[in-house]
Amino acid sequence: MAATSDATVDPTDGATRRDAVEWRPSRGKVGVASLIAMESFFFGTFIVAFLFYIGKDVHGPTGATALDVGPVIVWSICLLSSSATVVAAVKALARGAKAAFEFWMGATLLLGGAFVYGTAVEWRGLMLDHELFISTNLFGSTYYGLVGFHAFHVVLGLLALGMIWTLSKLGHLRAVDAEKVELVSWYWHFVDVVWIFVFTSVYLFGTGIL
Amino acid sequence: MTTLPTTPAETVADRRAEPLSARLHLWAITVDHKRLGIMYVLSGLVFFLVGGLEASAMRAQLARPGNDLVSPEVFNQLFTMHGTTMVFLVGMPVLLGMGNYLIPLMIGARDMAFPRLNAFGFWLFLFGGLLLYYSYIGAQGLYGTSAAPDVGWFAYAPLTDRTFSRGNSTDYWILGIMVSGFGSIATGANLVATILCMRCRGMTLMRMPLMAWMMLVVGVLVLTALGPLTAAQVMLLFDRNLGAHFFDPQEGGSAILWQHFFWFFGHPEVYILILPAFGFVSEIVPTFSRKVIFGYPLMVAATVGIGFISLSVWAHHMFAVGLGPVLDAFFSAMTFMIAVPTGIKIFNWIGTMWGGRIRFASPMLFATGFVAMFVIGGLTGIMLAMVPFDWQVSDSYFVVGHFHYVLFGGTIFAIFGALHYWYPKAVGRMLNETIAKWSFWLLFAGFNLTFFPMHISGLLGMPRRIYTFQPDRGLELWNLLSTAGVPLQAAGVLLIVWNLLRSHRKGAIAGNDPWDAWTLEWATTSPPPEHNFDEPPTVGSRRPLWDLKHPEDPDGRYE
Repeated sequence: MAATSDATVDPTDGATRRDAVEWRPSRGKVGVASLIAMESFFFGTFIVAFLFYIGKDVHGPTGATALDVGPVIVWSICLLSSSATVVAAVKALARGAKAAFEFWMGATLLLGGAFVYGTAVEWRGLMLDHELFISTNLFGSTYYGLVGFHAFHVVLGLLALGMIWTLSKLGHLRAVDAEKVELVSWYWHFVDVVWIFVFTSVYLFGTGIL
Repeated sequence: MTTLPTTPAETVADRRAEPLSARLHLWAITVDHKRLGIMYVLSGLVFFLVGGLEASAMRAQLARPGNDLVSPEVFNQLFTMHGTTMVFLVGMPVLLGMGNYLIPLMIGARDMAFPRLNAFGFWLFLFGGLLLYYSYIGAQGLYGTSAAPDVGWFAYAPLTDRTFSRGNSTDYWILGIMVSGFGSIATGANLVATILCMRCRGMTLMRMPLMAWMMLVVGVLVLTALGPLTAAQVMLLFDRNLGAHFFDPQEGGSAILWQHFFWFFGHPEVYILILPAFGFVSEIVPTFSRKVIFGYPLMVAATVGIGFISLSVWAHHMFAVGLGPVLDAFFSAMTFMIAVPTGIKIFNWIGTMWGGRIRFASPMLFATGFVAMFVIGGLTGIMLAMVPFDWQVSDSYFVVGHFHYVLFGGTIFAIFGALHYWYPKAVGRMLNETIAKWSFWLLFAGFNLTFFPMHISGLLGMPRRIYTFQPDRGLELWNLLSTAGVPLQAAGVLLIVWNLLRSHRKGAIAGNDPWDAWTLEWATTSPPPEHNFDEPPTVGSRRPLWDLKHPEDPDGRYE
């Protein structure tokens, strides 16, 4: 019973045996999954507000009159394909292929950056051509609130991935860090998946296409 | 069988010799879950005294009809700050703080899963609370109108609109709660990761102390409830400061949507506040009944069940809005349903006490007081789940009486029970039992004297949140009785505070296991060393210390 820590007596048959190390989930994975769960409810609330207010505007532009779905589909393809490139990057890091890792991570940064650029272009058009601001009407409030928070999360993800890319360029990233990079990539996947819901709500339901 | 390495006594005397500034510096930079837990509980107790003062001022104002002790404006601030303080700055930090202190010890871990995130969460909570109270100084802004927030703790739209809430007081309410909410989210994620990933060898999920199960569900509820609250508060912040229209009926916005968002957070929040209390009681009752907990697997199932159902009962706070018969019926039925797992817990505690050798030490007094008071609060809750009855008494003192039986008679009694139970572990000295019993009975008598008459004044038609009432409506006696309970409660609380302070130096030395208890935290020294256990423990049953004390009859074979 004293401190021989890995020998235990099985209470069912009284035999002493050395246990294999018991499996526990990785705390990093559980922590990031918790963050993602919380963020899902955060975005869910904004999505509910957007859907609830479709068609309730008393004046001003709405999704049906102001939004142009065509370019958004292009930028969405950029964002969603960046999920694939970040997977390729994590796999390259895990097998120690530094050059391949930096290539795929660089591609992820470019694709994410293109998406943010697309959002900026869209907002510029909405503000200059349609005079839609957050204070204009309900559509403005819910649209900028939801799409803005998503874009904010994309920027946060780009900052995190960009730091990892920089660390690799400076030679501070090794194959053993692959799990940490994978956890950041989970967050990036989450940002992509949220976009599918945002796109469906704003550009399909919000424009009357669905 | 259980292996529990012994731990050498900590050199407390060495610590005391260091200068005060060095010791305070250690507290400020600490990432130790035990120090953070103690700081959570102490800050929570300070906010508890502040919130209690606010309540006392309200009761003094309502002692007789037509009183003018405080102005209507100040009264609005008092009930807003009282509710906000007690929920966000007392209940959550004290409960999460005790989880912080106890969970790693109970599951045989060295610390929480993310110690630095843990420290970050504590400081966010503390400065969020200070930001809220800074509104008394800073919220007047350039307008010279309101000071502290005065929109009620659930801040209904459109009262929170710029038009009706001038100045910055509502912004302080939003930001203070949001900042401390980020802290709670960090702690919630930390609790989930700690309980799932940091258990010692042999500590399977079904061998965990029940409190660990309850804190796991609380962690999940924090993650699900705080996100929507933060989102709704961001929308309100946009409305007030960027001219958005989320909750602005003039522009087609919906005031009801705020209520949905708030209560989607607000009702899980009630279970965030009561489940840890269930956890404390589930540890205290077996120890002082000298029996294993009755129906452990059913308690686990009931806890998880409460977690799920608590996400779909929120609109029972909104029956008076007029949601229509379908929604009313759904939320009424779900509310009845959540009474089932809660009732299971009550019967299991009674089943644990039944036939046990009960010792009425102070923790057990508070725990049994909890069970009795919580049953009353739960039963009035079932009354309020009936839609027609709710229409009659909604927003009356009946509701005030109901939720104080749940949150004061329930949560706060359990917190005090837990303080008396685990104080010897955290400090190394026993609380004075005579003072503890006096404080319990004073608090018990004062609590019932204040809150039971509220049911009657509520049924007679006394509305919530009014700063005074008319004479000759039959309300004088009940309000006077409610106020008369305040000094008794204040005396009870101050006795507890005095006992905590006094026993820190003068209490009898506790030893590792003063209550002859069975969970892992009692295996290490009191107070535990920074690393908790010299060697990671190994457990073979739900009661590792029983196995250690009775090697001839280990528990594992009966589970």
